[in-house]
Amino acid sequence: MTTRTTHLPLGQEAIARKGWLGAHKYLLLRRASQLFFLVLFLLGPWFGIWIVQGTLAGSLTLGVLPLTDPFVFLQSLIAGHWPELTAVTGAAIVLVAYALIGGRVYCSWVCPINPVTDGAHWLHRKLGLQKGWQPKRATRLWIMATVLIVSGLSGVIAWELVNPITMLHRGLIFGMGFVWAMVAAIFLFDLFVSRQGWCGHICPVGAFYGLVGTKALLRVSAANRTACDDCMDCYAVCPENQVISPALKGKSDDTPLILSPDCTNCGRCIDVCAEDVFKFTHRFDDLTVAPPEPTAAPEPRASRPF
Amino acid sequence: MSLVGKPLAPNRRRFLQDAARAAGGCLAAGSLLAYLARDARALPAEALRPPGALPEQDFLSACIRCGLCVRECPYDTLKLAELGVDAVATGTPYFTARDIPCEMCDDIPCVAACPTGALDPGLDNIDDAKMGVAVLVDQENCLNFLGLRCDVCYRVCPVIDEAITLETQHNARSGHHAVFIPTVHADRCTGCGMCEKSCVLPEAAIKVLPARLARGSSADHYRKGWEEKEAKGAPVVEGIIDLPDRLPGPGTDNLVAPGGFEPRFNLPEVTQ
Repeated sequence: MTTRTTHLPLGQEAIARKGWLGAHKYLLLRRASQLFFLVLFLLGPWFGIWIVQGTLAGSLTLGVLPLTDPFVFLQSLIAGHWPELTAVTGAAIVLVAYALIGGRVYCSWVCPINPVTDGAHWLHRKLGLQKGWQPKRATRLWIMATVLIVSGLSGVIAWELVNPITMLHRGLIFGMGFVWAMVAAIFLFDLFVSRQGWCGHICPVGAFYGLVGTKALLRVSAANRTACDDCMDCYAVCPENQVISPALKGKSDDTPLILSPDCTNCGRCIDVCAEDVFKFTHRFDDLTVAPPEPTAAPEPRASRPF
Repeated sequence: MSLVGKPLAPNRRRFLQDAARAAGGCLAAGSLLAYLARDARALPAEALRPPGALPEQDFLSACIRCGLCVRECPYDTLKLAELGVDAVATGTPYFTARDIPCEMCDDIPCVAACPTGALDPGLDNIDDAKMGVAVLVDQENCLNFLGLRCDVCYRVCPVIDEAITLETQHNARSGHHAVFIPTVHADRCTGCGMCEKSCVLPEAAIKVLPARLARGSSADHYRKGWEEKEAKGAPVVEGIIDLPDRLPGPGTDNLVAPGGFEPRFNLPEVTQ
C-alpha cells in the first residue's frame, strides 16, 4: 500500500504525456467516422450528390453496391419472408465485413446513437452520478432472442418498430417525426437511470453484432501491460469494461488480447492510457512487450492490493 | 434425486433466479413489442402502398424500411411514414392519393429499387398493379351525378374507358337529359389515385380505398343462369315442360285485347 501513487483526474495524465490530440486520437477518428457515414447518406437528400441511397437498414452505393443490415435481414427471415437476391447479397457483404473487423465496430464507429449515449456518459461523469441500474451483460442477448421470437410469432420485423438506430438515421434522411423524443429518452436513460445502459446492456443490435464479431481479426491488445500503473482510467472510459481485466490483469502466459466479443474496438483505452499499454493489432499477435527498464516508467506495482 | 427438503446449491439457486428474472423481463418486453407489431398492421384506409406491394401482413415481414423506393420515385409520390406523425407503420413507404397520386411509370422504378421483394418484382406491367380500388363514394355531391358534365375523373384516368367509363342514364330531374355516371371497373383499376387527386370538389367524391374496403365478393357457388345458358347454348335444366303462356285475349281484364273486359280496380290517377 505504501507504493500507491496519486493519480490525476481521468484522462489528465494521458493529456500531459501525449498532448491533447494524442490523448484523443481514436475519439476524433471515431467521430470523424460517424460523421463520414452520416454525411455519406445525407449528401444525396441535402445536396443532391447521390453516392449512397437508402438508410442503414438497406442502402445502395453508387448504384452498384447493395448493403443490408444483417439483423433486420435475420428478423425478416424469421418473420417468414425470403428476401430477393439483392438483400441477400447486401447482408452477406455486411456480415463478412464485420466478422473480419469486429462486429461491434458498427457500434462505436458507425452507429448514430453512439454519440448520443457517449454524450450522456460524458455528462453522467461530469455530474458525478451513481451508476444506477446495471442489468447483467447477458440481458441484451435475452432481448435479442425475444425480438427474434416476436418477429417469428407476429410476422413483423419487430425491432424496427422501436429501433432508435435506424429511426434516428432514417429521421435525419427522410424526416424526423417524433424520433427526437426517442433519442432524448435514451439520453436521459443513460444519464440518470443506467450508466452506459442502452449500448452496454439493452441494445439487441449490439448484441447481434457482438456475436457476428466473435472471431474478428482486429483486436485491441494490452501488449504493454507490464507498464500499467493501475490508474484505472481505461476502466472508467471503457463502455464494456468487463472486457479489460482478462487481458490487462492476466497472468504472464495469458494472452494480452481483448478477445471478448463485447469489445467495440473504440480505442478509448488506447487514448486514455498515459503508459501506452494498449494498441490495435490482429488476433494472432499475442506478444507481450518485455518489462521495461525500471528507470523508464514510473514505479510499477507488483500486484493489485486486493 | 429429490429437491424437496434440500436447499439448492448457491450457484444453482442464483442461476435459476437470474434466468427467471430475465425470462420475466423478456416476457413483459416481448408482449409490448408484440402489441406494437399488431398495431403496426392497422394501415389507415387513405394510405396506399406502392405498386406491387405484398399484402399488408407479408409486407411488414419483408419491408426493411430502407427508403430506396422513395428515392427512385420520380414524382415524389412515395414517402416514408414518420414516427408519431403518420399512422402507418413507422419507416414504411406509402402515398396519399389526394396529395400526390402514382403516375404509373412504365418501368416501375420503385419495384426495381426494392432490395427485398416487399414490392413484388413479378409485377412487370404497371397496368396490373393493385394499389387500391377507386370508389365513387359520394353520389350526392358528384357533379356528373347532378347531371353536369364534369368528367374530370374519367378524363385523367390513365386507363381511360377501361378502369372508368361513363354510363348514361335518364336524368329524372330535367326529364330530357342524360346523366353520365363515372363507373369504376375494379378489374382494370390500378388504384393510382389520379381520379381522387383531380376531383374538383373540395373533398373528393371519388376515392381510392384498399380492396378490403372497396369491394364485396361473390360467393364461390353462385352461378349466373344467363351466362350458364349461353355457355351451354341451351337451357341449363333439361326436360322442362313448356306450359302455355297466359297471353292477353278473350276472358282477360285487358280492354285492348279482343274480348277483354275492364279491370275491377284501377290504379288512382297521379295528379302533378
